[in-house]
Amino acid sequence: MQPASIQRPISAPRASLMRDPRLRGLFYQVVLLAIVVGVGVEFALNAKANLEAQRIATGFGFLDNTAGFGVNQALIPYQESDSYGRVFLVGLLNTLLVAVLGIVFATVLGFAVGIARLSSNWLLAKLAGAYVEVIRNQPLLFQILFWYLAVLGAMPPPRQSVGIGLQPILLWLADGAGALRYLGLPNTIGDGLRFAADWIGPPMIYLNNRGMVLPEPALHAGASVVGIALIAAIVATIALRIWARRRQTATGRPFPMLAVGIALIVGLPMLAAFVAGSPFAFERPVLRGFNFSSGIRLIPELVALLIALSTYTAAFIAEIVRAGIEAVAKGQTEAAQALGLSRAQALRFVVIPQAMRVIIPPLTSQYLNLTKNSSLAVGIGYPDLFAVFAGTTLNQTGQAIEILGITMAVYLVLSLATSAAMNAYNARIALKER
Amino acid sequence: MSVAYLRRAMAEPEPPPVASHGVWARTRERLFSGPFNIALTVVSAIVIAAVAIPLLRFLVIDAVWDGASRVDCLTETVGRPVGACWPFIGAKFTQLVYGFYPWGQHWRVDLTFVLGAVLLVPLLIPRVPWKLANAILFFGVYPIVAFYLLVGGRFGLDHVETRSWGGLLVTLVVAGTGIVVSLPLGILLALGRRSQMPIVHSLSVVFIEFWRGVPLITILFFSSYMLPLFLPGTWTLDALLRVLIGTALFASAYMAEVVRAGLQAIPRGQIEAGQAIGLGYWRIMGLIVMPQALRLVIPGIVNTFIGLFKDTTLVLIVAIFDFLGQMRAAFADPNWATPNTLFTGFAFAGIVYFLFCFGMSRYSLFVERWLKRGR
Repeated sequence: MQPASIQRPISAPRASLMRDPRLRGLFYQVVLLAIVVGVGVEFALNAKANLEAQRIATGFGFLDNTAGFGVNQALIPYQESDSYGRVFLVGLLNTLLVAVLGIVFATVLGFAVGIARLSSNWLLAKLAGAYVEVIRNQPLLFQILFWYLAVLGAMPPPRQSVGIGLQPILLWLADGAGALRYLGLPNTIGDGLRFAADWIGPPMIYLNNRGMVLPEPALHAGASVVGIALIAAIVATIALRIWARRRQTATGRPFPMLAVGIALIVGLPMLAAFVAGSPFAFERPVLRGFNFSSGIRLIPELVALLIALSTYTAAFIAEIVRAGIEAVAKGQTEAAQALGLSRAQALRFVVIPQAMRVIIPPLTSQYLNLTKNSSLAVGIGYPDLFAVFAGTTLNQTGQAIEILGITMAVYLVLSLATSAAMNAYNARIALKER
Repeated sequence: MSVAYLRRAMAEPEPPPVASHGVWARTRERLFSGPFNIALTVVSAIVIAAVAIPLLRFLVIDAVWDGASRVDCLTETVGRPVGACWPFIGAKFTQLVYGFYPWGQHWRVDLTFVLGAVLLVPLLIPRVPWKLANAILFFGVYPIVAFYLLVGGRFGLDHVETRSWGGLLVTLVVAGTGIVVSLPLGILLALGRRSQMPIVHSLSVVFIEFWRGVPLITILFFSSYMLPLFLPGTWTLDALLRVLIGTALFASAYMAEVVRAGLQAIPRGQIEAGQAIGLGYWRIMGLIVMPQALRLVIPGIVNTFIGLFKDTTLVLIVAIFDFLGQMRAAFADPNWATPNTLFTGFAFAGIVYFLFCFGMSRYSLFVERWLKRGR
């Protein structure tokens, strides 16, 4: 016989309704929502009252008004009589220009430094490490101001422009090698370097207090031949790659696809250019009077911003690359060697694909950081989206809510689009597990 | 069956190993093991020489150490190539540290710095006991004490307008506020993001993603120009306070993601064990999950602080004179206009920022190692 108490159905103990997790959750959420909505409504009402009191216009009509200020770099035709909407576009394009160029430079530099940090050469590894530590531990705005005010500001006027290229470096090294004569040594090295510098000729890129001058690409008759050759080379490379894949799966014999592909894509257009009588050339900037008469001129703000953004982001990319390569277990490399793969093959087929899986997600967020950081351009007056729109336009119209709303929305869309793309890519390359 | 990719001939035997011990062997191995390695060594040595020698000459060998004005830092006066003009820093030092904080009141700033250091240092050393009391003092009591010390207006202290603050003081106030506010707020946001309640979850996600998606400078503009519009017309927000709100919220969003990473690393079993012994949500989080999660992400938290510290420089764009802003203002002084003034100022500012950030990053590495050792 069982005790009666067990047979009796157990009723839920009477307790406060707040003890029910579902009800309690609902209650908290309703309260939170009420607070958020209340604050939002309060903000909106205050904004309305304040705007009326300060006689600030509302709405997006201002976008059609005449801007009336100049912009010192515009990728699309722009003049002072254009509208604020046009200013927005000019700024957006300038932001994208800095972002794209910065991403390219930062990636190249960052991968180089990251790999250098893992070099078996002790000195090179330490040098790369010092670069990363010094750059990473100083504020970006500090670096932008340093490049702009101190370095570019100290540049000579155009007549004494500083050339950037192999020749000045060789001449500088030749001067350094000249110190050997104190040791009683003949200055053969210096003479050799000077000879090489003469042979290379003056540099193509110049830096002065008005910015940077780059060589201008010039097209002559027959340039289309080179273009056609380039397209043909790309098509041929793709076809060859498909064939090489098939052959390798069928017979196991690999094909030196990388070397042949580069030879085709680089060699064929060069051959075509040679046959057509070099229709494509970079014209050396020419100094005439007080300034350069030819060449592409970059404003100093762009140069300073690009140098600072790319060197700064490169330090972070270098750490990501290093961590990515180190994340590939040593056993993977050893297994590849055991299979008889060469060092290069092991790197290409075993280490890099696995490292990229670790590298890509933080790399994209660095790209995003670079794009967001390009808004620091306002500190030196580079006319990016933030400087011309949230800066000058906001000052002139006073419509803070609309302008900051648009500006934030642009960056937000860029961020969310990048992270969506990153997630998609991540899903594609993630380890396929059961 | 012949397999194309199998080797048919024996491989050549490897050469006997060269000496691999001793200083010379190690140097050869590290620097001169082959033609490529030698080339790398030579290029690296040239780069190091090209950077280090001019830097050393500028900062130390050619530098001018005493003087009263720009004249003492000119090549014509000194009669040799001159480097850094350190008297410039000496003359501007109080301005760089205190801004325009009234003379005679500097002790209040100093006392705030010292109190902060006294509370912070034991908090950072893992072996020192009473961490909880220490944390309460630093995160709870210290901000209030610092507020009254710096702003004044009570306890017989003169009121000092934040407009006259500047230099390192502002840099540390902005960074300190960001740190003190972002940690608790970041924890709450991280918990909210992992909450089962849909409204709490989505509000947290929207908040975090919004602040993380826009550049800090837009947030500073937002808090400087837009926030006053949203408040009743009778409220006036101090310019520095607006910036503090912006940076603190910005830092909280980043902190939330760091804390979330720590929360994700704690196995479910820990929460379930807490439920099994009858603990409620806040007790489970406060007594079981958070202590483990926060320990795991200390390096991430310190890295966020480093980022925050570097980001404080952005306040100069909204006309708040932090350390870098004061330095920039000092450049404009015609009494110290020499060809090297800019480089001197940037060198000094760079060294100061580097010491702070490098110190923090070394600490983060130390904690990482300490945590690993504990396992």
